[in-house]
Amino acid sequence: MPAMLEVQNLKKYFKNPAGMLHAVDDVSFTLDYGQTLGVVGESGCGKTTLGRTILHLLDITDGTMFFEGRDITNPKKKELVTLHEQMQLIFQDPYSSLNPRMSVSETIMEPLIVQGIMKKAEIRAEARRLMDTVGLAARFENSYPHELDGGRRQRIGVARALALKPKFIVCDEPVSALDVSIQAQIINLMLDLQDELKLAYMFVTHDLSVVKYISNDIMVMYLGQMAEKAPSDELFDKPMHPYTKALLSAIPEPDIDNKKKRIIMQGELSSPVNPRPGCRFMPRCQYATDACNATQVIEECYPGHFVSCCRYKEVNNITD
Amino acid sequence: MPDESTAKKKPRILEVWRRLKKNKVAVVSLFVILFVILVAVFAPILAPYPYDQQNFSLSFAGSSREHLLGTDRLGRDVLSRLIWGSRQSLQLGVIATAIAATIGIIIGAIAGFYGGWTDTLVMRALDIYQSIPMFLLTVTLAAVMGPSLRNAILAIGISMIPGPARLMRASILSVREREFIEAAKIINTSSVRTIRKHIIPNAISPLIVSITMSIGSNILAGAGLSFIGLGAQPPIPEWGALISDARNIMREHATLALYPGICVMVTVLAFNLLGDGLRDALDPRLKN
Amino acid sequence: MADNILEISDLVVKYHTDDAIINAVNGINLVVKHGETIGLVGETGAGKTTIARAILRILQTPPAKVHGGRIVYRGEDLMTKSEAEMRKIRGNKIAMIFQDPMTALNPIERVGYQIAEAIGQHNKVSRAEAEERACDMLEMVGISAERYKEYPHQFSGGMKQRVVIAMALACNPDLLLADEPTTALDVTIQAQVLEMMQSLKDKLGTSVVLITHDLGVVADCCDSVAVAYAGEIVEYGTVEHIFKHTAHPYTNGLFGSLPRLSSKEPRLKPIKGLMPDPTRLPAGCKFYDRCPNAAERCAAQPPEVIEIAPGHLVKCYLAGGEE
Repeated sequence: MPAMLEVQNLKKYFKNPAGMLHAVDDVSFTLDYGQTLGVVGESGCGKTTLGRTILHLLDITDGTMFFEGRDITNPKKKELVTLHEQMQLIFQDPYSSLNPRMSVSETIMEPLIVQGIMKKAEIRAEARRLMDTVGLAARFENSYPHELDGGRRQRIGVARALALKPKFIVCDEPVSALDVSIQAQIINLMLDLQDELKLAYMFVTHDLSVVKYISNDIMVMYLGQMAEKAPSDELFDKPMHPYTKALLSAIPEPDIDNKKKRIIMQGELSSPVNPRPGCRFMPRCQYATDACNATQVIEECYPGHFVSCCRYKEVNNITD
Repeated sequence: MPDESTAKKKPRILEVWRRLKKNKVAVVSLFVILFVILVAVFAPILAPYPYDQQNFSLSFAGSSREHLLGTDRLGRDVLSRLIWGSRQSLQLGVIATAIAATIGIIIGAIAGFYGGWTDTLVMRALDIYQSIPMFLLTVTLAAVMGPSLRNAILAIGISMIPGPARLMRASILSVREREFIEAAKIINTSSVRTIRKHIIPNAISPLIVSITMSIGSNILAGAGLSFIGLGAQPPIPEWGALISDARNIMREHATLALYPGICVMVTVLAFNLLGDGLRDALDPRLKN
Repeated sequence: MADNILEISDLVVKYHTDDAIINAVNGINLVVKHGETIGLVGETGAGKTTIARAILRILQTPPAKVHGGRIVYRGEDLMTKSEAEMRKIRGNKIAMIFQDPMTALNPIERVGYQIAEAIGQHNKVSRAEAEERACDMLEMVGISAERYKEYPHQFSGGMKQRVVIAMALACNPDLLLADEPTTALDVTIQAQVLEMMQSLKDKLGTSVVLITHDLGVVADCCDSVAVAYAGEIVEYGTVEHIFKHTAHPYTNGLFGSLPRLSSKEPRLKPIKGLMPDPTRLPAGCKFYDRCPNAAERCAAQPPEVIEIAPGHLVKCYLAGGEE
């Protein structure tokens, strides 16, 4: 049986006055039903663009995509409509992603009205059910987004994404705009929904502790490329790529007993416009040598653990 | 902060009114405008005399019980002429603005939605259009069409198109960038529905403000046209025309120009201040 | 007393809007010791930023109004100072860093000049001396002095925040108020900036009030911590003691809400509900309706602050009894 979603060598470039901006450069992965792929990276690494391109909100530059075995690289208009009923998006900003002139129930009913299959009364009942599913009290039906707090707003966004009964949801930093206590409420909600509805998530975030918590697999991106991808626990236990190591060591953990040795990286992101060939992390990498100037190949160091670093063996003292 | 008590859906207009109410200046302005509208509607009842009833024995009379604000050169009752004049002036402002706004919004919406070369074409055309001095354009149009109130309205309406067009385009462009438009796209919303349900309701606020204010400025433009003889023709008592009538005898009978001047000023000011108040009241983010 | 650089007692700040009175800060007591970093932790609306602004007297008034309390800096009450005296203290003795570096930077002025100007404002130094010190400051925060003549837009977010820190530290302040200085930055950049702040602090002996919502950052670089909730400090103590013997249910809830890298719990334990509306605060304990251990008396009467261990203060009825 084919994987639910298969992305091969996906590229998304933007034309820019300075040249070609390589936002997503040759990214491949597969995602199975009911699974979560965490995509982490810092601002500008292309993680948001990756999600938007998979959902066809942006045109694809190169590569192929399959959903449930069907080629969805260049869908026709009709196919796209069906596709959007199966793939949805939860936004980062619960403020700007909700139409300020539409009430809670109007926003949640909108996908069903557009779909045009159900009768008005059915849609209304369905919207009530969805509100209940995401934990929004019925009394907020006629409230407007600006009258609600961030957590409730994000629940509206989740309900809207669920309305068409999708199988796959791209979650674009869904909790980063929320306070810690509310963040935990929303994460738990998303986990409950996954169990209940067998949803597959692509969870895009910069927050590594959240992503570990929610994902089966994690993909670390750096300047549009995949640096490393591994099962969640393994990535945290045995990070192979020097960037992943630095990233993990930089997380401030609320734990005073195990103070980590921080790896402080030098410098900041280089420009994704017309990048030179070779490893993109090289300018900041403490292990860089001349070999890193060559184009990097992705190697499977352990089953299911992929790394794009020509020196990962030396860096991690692995002997064959 | 979350408002827990919102159980019933409030129509938007009530919400706007609730916020507008707090702005005393805007409320006073609104009442001034309502007063002018009522006066215009009930002019035949309110005016003690017909606006063109002459009485040569009473030329330039001062104020008296019969003629509260006195009479003009032809012995016509000034108060009656002012009351009837509110009809012409208001008509002028409202209809001219409606023409400009309707055409402008359509042009601006087309440019904003389609973008690309349509946008470039429309905007360059507007650039050229706006390189002609506005009042000169109005005067030329009014002169070509012939002096009358109707043609003055048309001339003002046509020459004021670029304002709302540009505003509509800018407003749509900014709304189009918001994330909820992307959210509409991902749930397969058609472009017509996106425009109708998501873009227009969020893009219209600055236009309502601008339209309110341009009613005022168009009344002024109309008065200007009448003043130079290209607007309302005698004996039609448009306020600008009244000032025009009085301009040669202003030294001796200042009040004849003063009264219509005050009427124009107060009305225009009221529209501007109301527009200002609406700007704040229409913004859903400024909740309190 | 002499070892405290700042003592805040019974500070009350309210925002008066047309519709309502927002109770932002409701009687806060806080001390900052010489040379320590104190973490002020809390969620949006806890009143953290209001406290910092009240210390510097840069609250927007109206709508904000200070209803009482004393802010004593080195034995002098800042509330009674004149505006001219405050101007000498601001930036010179007490400096502040904001979350968004652009609130402090002038976009059309070269960054070096901005630092030199800050130095020149509070010190009688020649232009050349000020410029030299500005170069030193840039080097100190890890920016090459060659970038002295560049404009803010030529710097990345992390670099801008470094410039702001350089500017804040340029006059050797005793006390630095840092309002979420790394929240807008990526983790690796955040690590760089925190590391740098830490080493600068060690070098200069500055006391720091670090406002943050991130308990991880607190664990990393603070000595003591004050947890704010709905305009009150609900728990205060050393980082060590609070992390190991968490006493207030809200602090506990915060820890439960955090996904841990080390834990294997299938679900997070969030705090239910929301922070109370600051225009209608409950009469009793502000955390009452979200608290898992709430008892009847919690709703009736707000709890007093009790000291459950030396230097560990908790505002909760149940904290003392259970120990």
